[in-house]
Amino acid sequence: MQKNLTGKLIAIIAILVIFVYGALGKIPGRDKDGKTNLQLGLDLKGGTHLVLQVHTSEAIAAATDNAVQQVQTDLAKIGVTGTTVTRSQNASEPGVMIITGVPSTKLSDVRDALTASTYGDYDLTSQPDGTIRLSMKATAVREARERALETSIETIRERVDTLGVAEAAIQKYGQGEDQILVELPGVSDPGQVSRVIQSTARLEIHEAVSGQGFPTEQEAQATAGPDTVVMQGGNGAGDNQWWVLKRVSIVQGPDFRDARPSQDQSGRTAVSFNLTTAAGDRFYEYTSANVGKYMAIVLDNHVKEVATINSAIRDSGEIAGGFNKDSAAELSLMLRTGSLPASITYLETRTVGASLGAASVKQGVIAAVAGMLAVMAFMLIYYRGAGINADLALILNLVILLGFMGFTGSTLTLPGIAGVILTIGMGVDSNVLIFERIREEMREGKNAHAAVQNGFAHAWITIVDTHITTIVSAAILFFVGTGPVRGFAVTLVFGLLANLFTAVFVSRTIFDFLLNRKQRGEALSI
Amino acid sequence: MELFREVNIDWLSKKWYLLSFSLLFSVAGVLSMLFWHGVPRGVDFKGGTLVYVSFPTTPNEDHLRTALDKANVKDFRIQRISGNMGAEANEEVIAVPEMADANHDAARQAIEAALASNYKDSTFRVEQTDIVGPTAGKQLTRQAGWAILWSLAGMLIYLWFRFELIYGAAAVVAVFHDTLITIGAFSLTNQEITLTVVAAILTLVGYSMNDTIVVFDRIRENLQTMRKADLSTVVNKSINQTLSRTVLSSGLTFLTVLSLYLFGGEVLHGFSFALVVGILIGTYSSIAVAAPMLVAYQDWRASKGKAVNLPGAKVRA
Repeated sequence: MQKNLTGKLIAIIAILVIFVYGALGKIPGRDKDGKTNLQLGLDLKGGTHLVLQVHTSEAIAAATDNAVQQVQTDLAKIGVTGTTVTRSQNASEPGVMIITGVPSTKLSDVRDALTASTYGDYDLTSQPDGTIRLSMKATAVREARERALETSIETIRERVDTLGVAEAAIQKYGQGEDQILVELPGVSDPGQVSRVIQSTARLEIHEAVSGQGFPTEQEAQATAGPDTVVMQGGNGAGDNQWWVLKRVSIVQGPDFRDARPSQDQSGRTAVSFNLTTAAGDRFYEYTSANVGKYMAIVLDNHVKEVATINSAIRDSGEIAGGFNKDSAAELSLMLRTGSLPASITYLETRTVGASLGAASVKQGVIAAVAGMLAVMAFMLIYYRGAGINADLALILNLVILLGFMGFTGSTLTLPGIAGVILTIGMGVDSNVLIFERIREEMREGKNAHAAVQNGFAHAWITIVDTHITTIVSAAILFFVGTGPVRGFAVTLVFGLLANLFTAVFVSRTIFDFLLNRKQRGEALSI
Repeated sequence: MELFREVNIDWLSKKWYLLSFSLLFSVAGVLSMLFWHGVPRGVDFKGGTLVYVSFPTTPNEDHLRTALDKANVKDFRIQRISGNMGAEANEEVIAVPEMADANHDAARQAIEAALASNYKDSTFRVEQTDIVGPTAGKQLTRQAGWAILWSLAGMLIYLWFRFELIYGAAAVVAVFHDTLITIGAFSLTNQEITLTVVAAILTLVGYSMNDTIVVFDRIRENLQTMRKADLSTVVNKSINQTLSRTVLSSGLTFLTVLSLYLFGGEVLHGFSFALVVGILIGTYSSIAVAAPMLVAYQDWRASKGKAVNLPGAKVRA
């Protein structure tokens, strides 16, 4: 009995030391920027929490637009004329191409051409009225969406890196496949954040139907055809002209490999860019076939510049007009870090200033300490000697909880601090259960040893029951909740698990230790 | 020191008093939810923009209103935030209802610009902003709904597994009663229900089960030892035996939660209020709702001529 008890006591002290280290010390190999292992959540540190939605359908539409051009080229190659190839404008089927006007004699040739490996991602169906539909396969659609999401995440991460935010978190979010979570500790100006992320930074080059803009939208619409789109913009000559452009763009965001501010021949601030090799080839094909025609450089659905195609351009070019040093630098950054493959909308924005965060920490800690002192004082008054037992268990409980969080690198949020406070209150409940039972047993005449034994035995099942129900609640909160609520669930679960250990094992050991040292018949202070 | 030595109250005979007490609060809450304040939803669920602004001295709200009006900010609501323990604070929250996702940031920018250019009384600092668009609002509402459903289902299954279905049902009814009164309290005091408040309510679901389980455990134990007694006597004795534990432990948890409510600051105010109300009601409901429901169920079965069949009584030596 003696050896057992000593062993238990040593185990308890060892655990105390280990978890103190977990809470306060440095864990080797773990890169931490603060003095403690405990991570503070955004609501305590201050920072920005964003949920962005990526319109992945746009990426699919863009890929299909490219395919449309390819189809047009391929049809021309096999000598089929008079056909119209368009992308379906139906929003629910962004990856569908419709080919009409195929002469019935050429139908089989067209079908052969369009089932070549270049169109491996598409399924071909012939309608009874002679039109051909090319629909992107479901797997290809899913892959395209995932790629768009991942590229967006990468791009945003690169841009956010320029802000120099330590421990920024950018990841997929939620059950859907198109939402991104961005968490930036220490940044609490949402304006600055959106400037850096640039929600709809899309740069494209379209063919302009004419080199002249129209003064009003109506006039521009009048000359618009089936595959054109009307956009507003300037050409160094102010922003108030309307242009008719071909809907399908020749070059899009991801095609830009590099960009930097420069000056053009007339000394205006400009942006020089380089395209990727593949895009360069495409651009070369287009420009060499269209010398003398016009192309428009479009930024965020706004015409930036309209230029004449003087000669074939392969992969380097220049955009001038309407830039100052800052906007040229911004645009270059956007092009360099890759344009977003699709536009994004903000779904949720939450910012907490650093001062509010610090105030929250202070208030949370005060509340925790006040609550703990109140509970400890009460236990001492009500249970006398056994109260010391409970208070020790309570302190150990807290140490294990914080140590646990330190070891697992968990994040402490403001509701998390509330969870700690709740753990204190609910944790001491176990002790109350046991002590009340012991008192009852003693009232029925049992001696100290037997009372303690029976008290723990009877109370054990109830303690397990009550802890499991709250842990299940907290687990559900963890899975369904986000951020701060998760922090609450984590501290509650860890705290209750720690409590199962301290209230039963530690309290029991302390009781045994005390009972061992008592003379026979001496009363138990409870 | 001992407060509850040899308690012998006949709880079940008082069940109509207890029931009317419950009914009073439930009905008051439900009426408020239906006709008065409704269920005040926080920005997490109904969407919108909240900008928390702090000033070096107590701001003049009329000047703030004028400043926002001049900049054409529409439909805004200004509310003073009370500091710790009701002390006057120098913080205001400006709320603007939901806009489309496409204009996500517009309201916040408008408010900040309006204050910067039109509010000349003093400097100000934006402490916190919450912008929830319609898509996110719907998602969060859905998540909260699922969390509540899963919680209740989980509880029911666990209790069914540990005790029996009738115990589980009685406990779920008690928990439902607690949740209704807690939400009613929010409605009556016109406080907003945010995600953290829902988290508090879910925690209460677990906590209220605790109390109920302690009483049920004792009932089950006593049913085995008190074979001759009828159910009412057993239930009364069980409640009396666990009374000291119930009151003490709830009291201690209440103490810590009260500390949170008083000192924990404005951000957790709704959360701590939910816990304060919930713990009081949760303790009360184990005695006044769950246990009597057990007896009522047995009485109903007996009146139909079916055998009284509560687990514990089944076990023969």
